[in-house]
Amino acid sequence: MLSIKNLQARIDDKQILNGINLEIKPGEVHAIMGPNGSGKSTLASVLAGREEYEVLAGEVNFLGKNLLEMAPEERAREGVFLAFQYPVEIPGVSTINFMKTAVNQIREARGQQTLDAVSFLGLMKEKMKLVEIDQSLLNRALNEGFSGGEKKRNEIFQMAMLEPKLAILDETDSGLDIDALKIVSNGVNKLRNKSNAVIVVTHYQRLLDYIVPDFVHVLYKGKIVKSGTKELALELEAKGYDWIKDQAAVV
Amino acid sequence: MSEKNSTAEVIAAIEKNLDVTSPVVQLRKEALSDLSEKGLPGNKSEEYKHTPLTRLLEKNFSLSQSNAPSNGIDPTPAAIPFVEGNTVVFINGKYAADHSRIVSPASEITILSLRDALLNHQELVLPFLGKIADHKTDAFTAWNTAAFVDGVFIHVPDNKTVELPILVYHIHDVQSGQVISATRNLVVVGKNSEVSILEKFDSMGSYNGFSTLVSEVAVAENAGVTWYSIQNDKGNRYQFEFKQFQQARSSRVNTFTFTLDGKAIRNNLQLSLDGEGIDSHMHGLYLVGKDTLADNHTVVDHKQPNSFSNELYKGIIEDSAKGVFNGKIFVRPNAQKTNAFQANRNILLTDKASINTKPQLEIWADDVKCSHGCTSGQLDEEALFYLQTRGINKDTARAMMLYAFAGELLDTIKHPGIKEYIDTLISERLHKNF
Repeated sequence: MLSIKNLQARIDDKQILNGINLEIKPGEVHAIMGPNGSGKSTLASVLAGREEYEVLAGEVNFLGKNLLEMAPEERAREGVFLAFQYPVEIPGVSTINFMKTAVNQIREARGQQTLDAVSFLGLMKEKMKLVEIDQSLLNRALNEGFSGGEKKRNEIFQMAMLEPKLAILDETDSGLDIDALKIVSNGVNKLRNKSNAVIVVTHYQRLLDYIVPDFVHVLYKGKIVKSGTKELALELEAKGYDWIKDQAAVV
Repeated sequence: MSEKNSTAEVIAAIEKNLDVTSPVVQLRKEALSDLSEKGLPGNKSEEYKHTPLTRLLEKNFSLSQSNAPSNGIDPTPAAIPFVEGNTVVFINGKYAADHSRIVSPASEITILSLRDALLNHQELVLPFLGKIADHKTDAFTAWNTAAFVDGVFIHVPDNKTVELPILVYHIHDVQSGQVISATRNLVVVGKNSEVSILEKFDSMGSYNGFSTLVSEVAVAENAGVTWYSIQNDKGNRYQFEFKQFQQARSSRVNTFTFTLDGKAIRNNLQLSLDGEGIDSHMHGLYLVGKDTLADNHTVVDHKQPNSFSNELYKGIIEDSAKGVFNGKIFVRPNAQKTNAFQANRNILLTDKASINTKPQLEIWADDVKCSHGCTSGQLDEEALFYLQTRGINKDTARAMMLYAFAGELLDTIKHPGIKEYIDTLISERLHKNF
């Protein structure tokens, strides 16, 4: 589904990704872990299409298409979804109106029929249950005055509404207490199926107890230096990142 | 200095047409003398330094030329759809009785052309006319006072709620030549009464038009006045407007000024809070492009204690349009427990768009709550990106955010038909397709 070959990217003068190679197949969950500054969020940003990052080399193939050539909205329409680490507040734009516009623009691009108000509300109610999000939050302006946990739940609610093929969760667990973590993870798990895939970017192993990965990759200085299964995450939790850094230094 | 010559030219043109039999001839002569003394504002004028109105007039008008006669126009295209109200139409500053229609009962309200009121109701007019709007300190106000031809006179007795709004249409017929018009409104609202007024400006034809418009509004104890101004003239309209409200205790004034088009529009809006317990709100949106100049100068004068005023003006400026905002708040020494708030927020969409904004607070009382804030910037890029990652294309994302920004000014509009109309205007301008 997703094929990343030798991806290199920089922001301003600083090169952050130094050759990422990654293959993701449908149905899989891949965790990307690593110490601060390793490039985890940069990878998520580049995949989502943030303009500030300049791609220097490499290719990213998504469902047979060149992802790097697409504008962010085109990537979304192809089925890529980024759950932001710090979701922005947009005063005056109600979550419901925003969601309806997004859903319908994506449906239109895919040649599907757009939803009228009633059908849309029906879809919304169905998905609200998944992440236990309250209608009152959705009537308000997007993320305005939301707590950290509410913002993250709103991200997963949007994921449920847009049904992406590839979801990238950028440090979704940061700032969440254990209860919020469980609700968010539960939502993500319910959305998983054989044809979609998830990239979980996280610093801590804790999230991976709930969203169990098929593969774990450790990012260090812009490269994947080690890959393994969920046991690797447990090893990192026990030993920290220093042994990875030492190993990488030796190489 | 060219302003001196222009001032003289304007004065000569007014004197030529002065009706010495008019009951207000003394007022006009006084105003002419003030105009001569003050002179039209030049480059060094503090109040007009970002809005070179005199120079624009010199460049685009022949100041002593009479208006070409209007052969009659059909004002229906200018009418606001689906809003029931009293309709008062002025064409080139002259009352058009044929196109006007008063529907509210006479027991509720008197609506006349000012000329008519001066002839038949002097006792209602003379105590107020020329006494609320100061014509000594501003040359355009003096010009208007000396030269006004007509306008709307509205009188609401005590204890009346006027159900239907008064819709005043100011139309320039500029099909055969330039027009310079001077319109004077006088509104007197009795105790405990409520009334809504809407003014709309349009041109038919492609010659230039300049209008001065002065509105004097006396708001008695516990009365409420809502005033909408729709400045969306797609023709070549240059305008100077001065609205002054004199408010008695416990009264409420709500103004909404929407500047969407025109060549150069200068709005002077002044609220004189002459009592305690007053609650007033001023709202403005200037959503301008091409080379439009939109200038809002506001003054809120808290003369007594315990009153509340709030100002919210927002600007969306694109192409090479220019916005100017100057908000003065005066809190007099005895006006303790005043609450006065002001906010001016601007979004500049292009490199050539510009905004000049200046709050001016002069506070002489010591137990008050006052605040002001101005911001100016571009659209939040992070928010735009967020919307794009949800599949919304960049144009729609921009429109959503701009509409959200402008939308705040519609929130407190009580009349659903007027709110809907203005919403439609804004949506169309922002290419709202969501």
